[in-house]
Order: sequence, then structure tokens, then C-alpha cells
Amino acid sequence: MALKQTTGKRVAMTALAWAVGLLIFFPILWTFLTSFKSELDAFSVPPKFLFFHWTTENYFEVQSRSNYLLFAYNSIVLSVGANLVALLIAVPAAWSMAFAPTKRTKDLLMWMLSTKMMPGVGVLVPIYLIFRNLHLLDNRLGIGFVLMMMNLPILIWMLYTYFKEIPVDILEAARMDGASLMSEIIYVLTPMAIPGIASTMLLAIILSWNEAFWTLNLTTSNAAPLTAFIASYSAPEGLFWAKLSAASTLAIAPILVLGWFSQKQLVRGLTFGAVK
Amino acid sequence: MATQQTTIAGRILVAPSVILLFAWMIVPLLTTLYFSTLRYSLLDPDNISFVALQNYSYFLTDPNFFTALVNTLILVGWVLVISVGGGILVALLMDQPIFGQSILRLMVIAPFFVMPTVSALVWKNMMMNPVSGLFAWIAKSLGLPAIDWFTNWPMLSVIIIVSWQWLPFASLIMLTALQSLDEEQKEAASLDGARQLPFFFYIVLPHIARAITVVILIETIFLLSVFAEILVTTSGGPGNATTNIAFLVYKQALLDFDVGGASAGGIVAVILANIVAFFLMRIVGRNLES
Repeated sequence: MALKQTTGKRVAMTALAWAVGLLIFFPILWTFLTSFKSELDAFSVPPKFLFFHWTTENYFEVQSRSNYLLFAYNSIVLSVGANLVALLIAVPAAWSMAFAPTKRTKDLLMWMLSTKMMPGVGVLVPIYLIFRNLHLLDNRLGIGFVLMMMNLPILIWMLYTYFKEIPVDILEAARMDGASLMSEIIYVLTPMAIPGIASTMLLAIILSWNEAFWTLNLTTSNAAPLTAFIASYSAPEGLFWAKLSAASTLAIAPILVLGWFSQKQLVRGLTFGAVK
Repeated sequence: MATQQTTIAGRILVAPSVILLFAWMIVPLLTTLYFSTLRYSLLDPDNISFVALQNYSYFLTDPNFFTALVNTLILVGWVLVISVGGGILVALLMDQPIFGQSILRLMVIAPFFVMPTVSALVWKNMMMNPVSGLFAWIAKSLGLPAIDWFTNWPMLSVIIIVSWQWLPFASLIMLTALQSLDEEQKEAASLDGARQLPFFFYIVLPHIARAITVVILIETIFLLSVFAEILVTTSGGPGNATTNIAFLVYKQALLDFDVGGASAGGIVAVILANIVAFFLMRIVGRNLES
């Protein structure tokens, strides 16, 4: 009797939860479906949900019309490249703060975090003018530098929390055995830190991929990533929903997959360790 | 503890980050501060003069500024109410013993990974278009007149889009916090026949209170500088209806080429963000100590 009641409750809860979940997910599903419609079907009233003539022509048209691959290439190069460089700078910093802390380490960490709180518009004018004078506008190096700096505090912070979890005893044992500082880092610390570094990178790539303040303001065509490419659909000509959907699906699919893998790190990274 | 060798090595290793972050934030910020005291237009770059606080008095008494400030607060406020309120409800629902929980979780978190320009344009066109959008179709099916969202309710439209982006974030954080609530505590409460509402208010809510605070503060920092969603949907319009401070500064700098005025606006935005950041940093800092 009691069991029956709980099962009944569970089924009801499941139905409700799925209804809410589908509602939240629906715009993404709808974009995906629309990307396989003809432009006329995409625009039709009443909307066609599943029974339309499926076509992949939009995907080809997006490429031939506006060189989609260039933007995709920029997105990949910028989000991976910028964060690899940031990682090279962040790992030593996080290492030293986690294992050789000084009195000022905590203040330093907080200061680094505080740079992340600065709104972009606060420094937009000087950065724009400097970039213009150095010919870094619409330049991969320029926007890559900005993306690197955007993520540096988060990288350091996340790596720091991961490194902190590595037991100090192991390091001390290595030191007792006469391991030098470098071999300590390479042979003891790095293997233990790889999972933390990997998930930190995952989150950083997601954040760079979706960054849409600096990419929209500092790039136009040559160095523009997908955020800027999609923005060009805000001034449309004629019927464009199916093409917009195809371009959007391509732009969000890879990051959606990465994102699903990194939910836990997301919580940790975006709350700066305040919620785990 | 730490040997002298590691302390010195530590300084050297941390130096590049510190120097870069300093160059990236403090130097431009001081430059912005300096520009904000100048009459400096890119249209007339040879004619630069010191005007002290005139840009601020101009910016702060500009009716556009007041509108933008109100718009910023409306946007931040409503998105917070919807995403945090909705996020708690969604998290509570997802925390129940339901079938297919992990797949459902993926679906709920998904919008957070959609880039701002995509979500804004998908919503503006395929959802909210007054002729062929889904909302128009639903309204017509129910015998109601279709709403021309971006003409008649521009700010509400932006609020809906931004809320859709942030509700998953709030849900995910709340769910994480909820799941750390002791199972035994939950079971004990249900065996004692504790009713749902008191259980929620006396046990669950205090448990997730810190997660709620953190979500509110982090979202506020991001929401104060919502930009792309406005740029690709309304460009701040109609009139000034959806211009927030971030967008106003952008307009002044890159469309009107008024370096001095835009810099003053930028400083105002920094001050606003810092008020929120102050509280967030205190919570994070307390956490660092423990």
C-alpha cells in the first residue's frame, strides 16, 4: 500500500519535472528542428513540429554564403589558444600560492578575483584606443590576449582550490627523498593535478567560447568568432530562420557537449569555490 | 614550513600573473579615470582639454543616464527574482526521486551553455516574432491577440531572454546545495511526519541560504553588464527603452566617439559593480579562511 503510494507520487513528480525540463530546453530543441526545415516551413503558421520535409541544405548555405568555417576556426583557435597560454601563466602562480603561501597570498588571491568583477565598460575606452593604435582591432592576437586576461583570475583561482586538495605530506616526502623543486613539480605534483587542470580548462574554454562583450566590440570579420558571426543575423534580409537555426546549432553544439561534461566544475569555478 | 628557496621561487612564479593582471585592469582603469576628466572626442582629436568633473555632471544629469540606471536596475532585479525564485523551485523538483533525473538535469542546464547572441536571436525571432513566432501561434490558438513583444514590451522581452539564460545556473547551484543536505535528515523529517512547508522553511532554506546569496551576488555582477543580448535584439531601443548603463557607455564611446563622457560612464559602472563585489568578496573570503 505504502509502496504503491510512493510509486504514484514518483510518477507524478517525474511527469511534472519532465514538463518543466522540456519547457526550459524547448528553445534549443526548436532551433535544432528548425535548422532542418526549408525557410518556408520555418516560417509557417501553424508551426510544423516534426512533419516537414527534412533537409540539410541550410548547413551548406550557411557555409557558402558567409564562410562559416572561418568563424568556427576563430572560435576554436581563440578559446583553446588563449586558455593554453593562460594556463602556462596560471599553473605556476597557483602552485606557488597553494604550496608556498606567504602572509599576503590570501590578499593576492582576493585581488585577482576582484579584477574579474570589473565591468568591461569600465576599461572599454582605453583598451579600444590602445588596440586601435597598435592595429590589434579585428586581430586574433589582440582578442586572444583579452580572452586570456578574462579567464586568468578564474584559472588561478580554480587551480588553487584543486592544488590545495593535494596532500602536502606527499610533497614533503618527495623533498625528504631529495627531490629538487623542478622534479617535485614535474613528477609528483603534475600527475596528481592533471584532473583538476583538465576540468579547469574545460570551464575556461566554455567561458571564452561564449564571451560576447569583447568579441563583439573588438572584432569585425577576420578575427571574429561565432558570437560575432551569429550577431550578423540581427540585421536580416528576407527569410532567414532556418539558416539562423543551422548556424546557431553549429555554434552551440560543441560547447553544449563540453558543458554537460563539466557541470560539477562549473559550480565550483563560477562560485569561486563558495559552493561545492 | 616553506623554505626560503620555495618562498623566492613562489614570488617569481606568481609574478607574471600579477604583472599581467595589473597591466590589464589597473592601468586601463586609471586611464579611464584620466579620460573622464577630459573633453576628448574622437571626431575632434586635436582639441583635448581638461574639464575636471564636467563629464560627470553632464553624464549624471543627462536624462538618458537616469533612464539607463533605472533600466539596469529593472533588468537586474527582475532577472534575479525570476531566476533565483524559479531556480529554487526547479532545484526542489529535480531533487525529488524522479525517473531519468540525469538526462533531465542535462536539459535544464543546457541554456546556460548557449552563447548570448544565439539565445537572443532565437528568442527574438522564432519565439517572439509577432506573426510567425511560437508565442504568437499559441496566443492565436487560445483566441488571444498576438503580442508584438519587442515593440510593446521591449524590456520585458529582454528580461525573459536573460532569465532563460540564468535560470539554469541558479537551478544547478541550488541543486548542488540541496544534494549536500543530509539524506538521513530528510528521512528523519519525513518519518516524523514533518509537513512539507515547515520542513522547507526551517531546514531546507537555511541550508541553501548561502548558495542563494552567492547566486544573487554572482548573477548581479554579470547582469549589471548585460550587453550582447541588447545589441542584437533592440540596440537599446525603441528610444531608450532597453538601454542599460553598459549599453549607454558603449553608445557614447563607439557610436558617438565621446571618449570623455563614455569614460565617466564607465567609472560609474565600475562603482556600481564594486558595491556588489564588496559583499561577494566578503563571502568568498570567509570561505577561503575555513
